[in-house]
Amino acid sequence: MNYLLLFWEFFKIGLFALGGGLATLPFLYDLADKYTWLDASILPDMIAISESTPGAIGVNMATYTGYSSGGILGGIIATLGLVAPSIIIIILVARFLNRFNENFYVKAAFYGLRPAVTALIALAGFEVFKVSIITLGQFELTRQLIDLVDIKSTLLFLIMIFLINKYKKHPVVYILGGAAVGILFKF
Amino acid sequence: MKELWTLFWIFARIGAFTFGGGYAMLPMLQKEIVEKYGWATEEEIMDYYAVGQCTPGVIAVNTSTFIGYKRKGIIGGIVATLGMTFPSLIVITLIASALQSFNDNPIIQHAFAGVRVVVAVLVANVVVKMLKTAIIDWVGIVLFTAALIVGLLFDISPIYIIIGSALTGIISKKIGGVKSL
Repeated sequence: MNYLLLFWEFFKIGLFALGGGLATLPFLYDLADKYTWLDASILPDMIAISESTPGAIGVNMATYTGYSSGGILGGIIATLGLVAPSIIIIILVARFLNRFNENFYVKAAFYGLRPAVTALIALAGFEVFKVSIITLGQFELTRQLIDLVDIKSTLLFLIMIFLINKYKKHPVVYILGGAAVGILFKF
Repeated sequence: MKELWTLFWIFARIGAFTFGGGYAMLPMLQKEIVEKYGWATEEEIMDYYAVGQCTPGVIAVNTSTFIGYKRKGIIGGIVATLGMTFPSLIVITLIASALQSFNDNPIIQHAFAGVRVVVAVLVANVVVKMLKTAIIDWVGIVLFTAALIVGLLFDISPIYIIIGSALTGIISKKIGGVKSL
């Protein structure tokens, strides 16, 4: 594991991931695309763990990804890489700019950024959808349209859409529910 | 020195007791920073949070750095940030290493297959929520569609899409006169 590269890659994520929450997700898929030391198949589990444990989701995702790529030291280095730009930028902003968030250029940049970040997260979300619901291998064998999706997963997907929008509980509740259903019905 | 130590532990506590970060940390910040220590007013906390939202990086980290910096300068910013990330490092490392050793266990595999479906729904939900606030006019529709197509068809880093869309936002605001939906 090249720790310097790990630090640099997460530094770039910290510098360009804007919009909070899942904003780092598209970057992690991009990393998995680019390097063999990160396996894209761990990313959906990583989201689940990051949402179900304390701490900022972005930080949790960096620690988890860093750990799975380079052990304990990897987790620490990825996390430090992610927060380093924040420290530099915030200190500069706090020092030189008053009312940064009301600045014309900042507001205009975010006006353009938000739709694009939404699209990037939607694309990353589609990757999660693909591994959790779509069974392309089965479809290629049988050529039956019904085999394109996993029936049990599709049912759970629809039920969860309903429950999440109806009850609006913390994500950890649904994640634990998903785990229980997965064990009971042998997903 | 003692105050730095306090700063570290305040933010470690906030990191340990907020699920999800971002907006979820605000009540904790108010309790610790405003009520218990009186280091900032409620309005100041909201201002720091607003800046944290529109600077690069994780919002919770940005807000922590800001408060730490205001209190104790550069070293304060660093210490607050390290405090904030400390619980994540411990908890996530423990869970990730435990998962690695139980990876072949069929029960764990079934559990995570179920969990992945839930994650797909959660991410979809975030996207729907973001769509509502992000797309307010035709520029938004064009940028969303363009980012979707570019991200789908080309193997380029999200960095370029971020830079491109920010520039487009600035240019179209400069020219002005965009019709809202």
